[in-house]
Amino acid sequence: MSTSFNTPLHDPPVLPPEFGPQGPLLRRNSAVTESATVQWLLTGIALLFLLGFLLLPLVAVFSEALRNGWRVYVDALREPDALAAIRLTLLTAAIAVPLNMVFGIAAAWAITKFQFRGKTLLISLIDLPFSVSPVVAGLIYILVFGRHGWAGSWLSDHDIRIVFAVPGIIIATIFVTFPFVARELIPLMQEQGTDYEQASLSLGASGWQTFWRVTLPNIKWGLLYGVLLCTARAMGEFGAVSVVSGHIRGETNTMPLHVEILYNEYQFAGAFAVASLLAVFALVTLSLKSYLEWRHGDELAAQRKH
Amino acid sequence: MDIRIRGIKKSFGGFAALDGVDLDIASGELIALLGPSGSGKTTLLRGIAGLEFPDAGRIFFGDEDIARQPIRERRVGFVFQHYALFKHMTVLDNVAFGLRVRKRGERPPEALIRERSRELIALVQLDGLESRYPSQLSGGQRQRVALARALAIEPRVLLLDEPFGALDAKVRKDLRRWLRQLHDQTGYTTIFVTHDQEEALELADRVVVMNKGRIEQVGTTDEVYEKPATPFVFDFLGNTNVLRGEVRGRELFIDGQDVPIVTDAIHATGPVDVYVRPGDLRIADATAPGFEATIRGTQRTGPIVRCAAVAAGSGLPIEIEVPHLHYDTQLLRAGQSVRLRLNQFSIFARGAASANPTPRDAPILIGSERARGRLG
Repeated sequence: MSTSFNTPLHDPPVLPPEFGPQGPLLRRNSAVTESATVQWLLTGIALLFLLGFLLLPLVAVFSEALRNGWRVYVDALREPDALAAIRLTLLTAAIAVPLNMVFGIAAAWAITKFQFRGKTLLISLIDLPFSVSPVVAGLIYILVFGRHGWAGSWLSDHDIRIVFAVPGIIIATIFVTFPFVARELIPLMQEQGTDYEQASLSLGASGWQTFWRVTLPNIKWGLLYGVLLCTARAMGEFGAVSVVSGHIRGETNTMPLHVEILYNEYQFAGAFAVASLLAVFALVTLSLKSYLEWRHGDELAAQRKH
Repeated sequence: MDIRIRGIKKSFGGFAALDGVDLDIASGELIALLGPSGSGKTTLLRGIAGLEFPDAGRIFFGDEDIARQPIRERRVGFVFQHYALFKHMTVLDNVAFGLRVRKRGERPPEALIRERSRELIALVQLDGLESRYPSQLSGGQRQRVALARALAIEPRVLLLDEPFGALDAKVRKDLRRWLRQLHDQTGYTTIFVTHDQEEALELADRVVVMNKGRIEQVGTTDEVYEKPATPFVFDFLGNTNVLRGEVRGRELFIDGQDVPIVTDAIHATGPVDVYVRPGDLRIADATAPGFEATIRGTQRTGPIVRCAAVAAGSGLPIEIEVPHLHYDTQLLRAGQSVRLRLNQFSIFARGAASANPTPRDAPILIGSERARGRLG
């Protein structure tokens, strides 16, 4: 094959990256923007709202937790029941999040890449945990797995404890957090369509290669975002877990439950200490997301979507 | 790789996208599938690629029936309408993809993959852009990356879905010519889908005109343009005037005129539709064979003068196109009565056909005629 063509192809010059859709090219057009007063007013309202409802409580949590000094704070966290609660919370998240990740990818894949009967039903079912009160979700598991529930006698015959034990907490957490990944991925994958997968298959890739090399890179930012939201919720879930947990100290208390118990017992320092740790987890999750976005900003811009 | 398609059928729900298609494509040919949207051309292309399995029928690559073979085993190069370049990969990685996903035993060493990819990138004239991402390329460049990526697997057949659809007019013309040269040089059997007749006629060795899931005609540019098999083909390939006429033996009377056009090709008797292009109507002498028309108005569009007129006998509207320096333009004034002759036309039997316009029942071509000696 030689490359001697008598029709040279002229391409228009490519704009430098700062003109790209993600670039920092800000256009100030006074004809179509609001007046300065309105801009300031809107920004002011948004900032005041954030300050009052988000930042102030966050500051309050930390200041309350540290009111009696570092020593009390650290002691409250090193107390065995608190440590058990932290361990249980992390364990729950470590099991629930990967499961929901796999489920979310599978559900989003099925919904966006295939046509089948009952698709709308599946989409509605995925949203169910968002619309059902977590307390009801907890009660459902009591009804199914509890001592007097449908599977109760079979479970007690085989000496399996689900309700008022760690498995119940994990199941309840999975229920409450399962829409996060799927909800994040479905619109993304819908928009991307099936052309990329078909192109990959036409080039001879197997289904597995297509998933790892084409689909996953295309959805990784959406997936990451979904996973982070899912993690935050899994660690913070209260309602459903509260119903199935049984509040056994040192055994079935997660961090949110532990906070509530301490608070009800007027141990404010301890309650706020654990609460501040939960807040730290949330902040770490958030900054992890921001860091990844910053670190892989180029790739993100190249994909134009995240 | 020569391709034979036999009795392909495919329906979506109740809609028959392909309704029994037979087609033979010789090795190394450049074929255009041409038709309006919903004609089944894209479904046929996707069927050949393996992106759709036909409900019935067989597709042969050489002697091998591949109608039920999944796409990844067919080794076809498919260029998607919107290219479907992998956004997270550079140009080089995109082109190398097909080689890198091969099974370990068949995969060339990485150095060879890179070399081969660079060759292809040079072939599509994108040297120096190997490390760009698709979002940093223009539309025409992306299209060529998609082409190089498809060629990397040394496909048995190259398939292009509306290859120029997403490009602007100037780039499209350049790329069309370039693709033709690339085809002549590489010799891949190539099939592309288009709804643009100009594109199909300019680029392809043979054009497959499709309508409602069936093939209306297969032929070279000259064949489909000068001897259209059905009124649909005539109509789809350009602007069309339809005149009423009647055939008696070898004499054709147009629009109730009493001076017939005498032809060699006509042998039927009865009412006919005469199809003629606006550019094939010219002003005739008063006694010459032809028909009378009244000019309604003229409009110059660039080098062409378009003229709206009405046939005197039937009152049907007709359109005439004349180059603006042509002698006739002086006579085409609004309100003027003129006598028109037909340089080239096709005649289709009129009758029950118009009530039931499926291709198989369409009026048969009685003849296509070209006036000798007086073209212009």
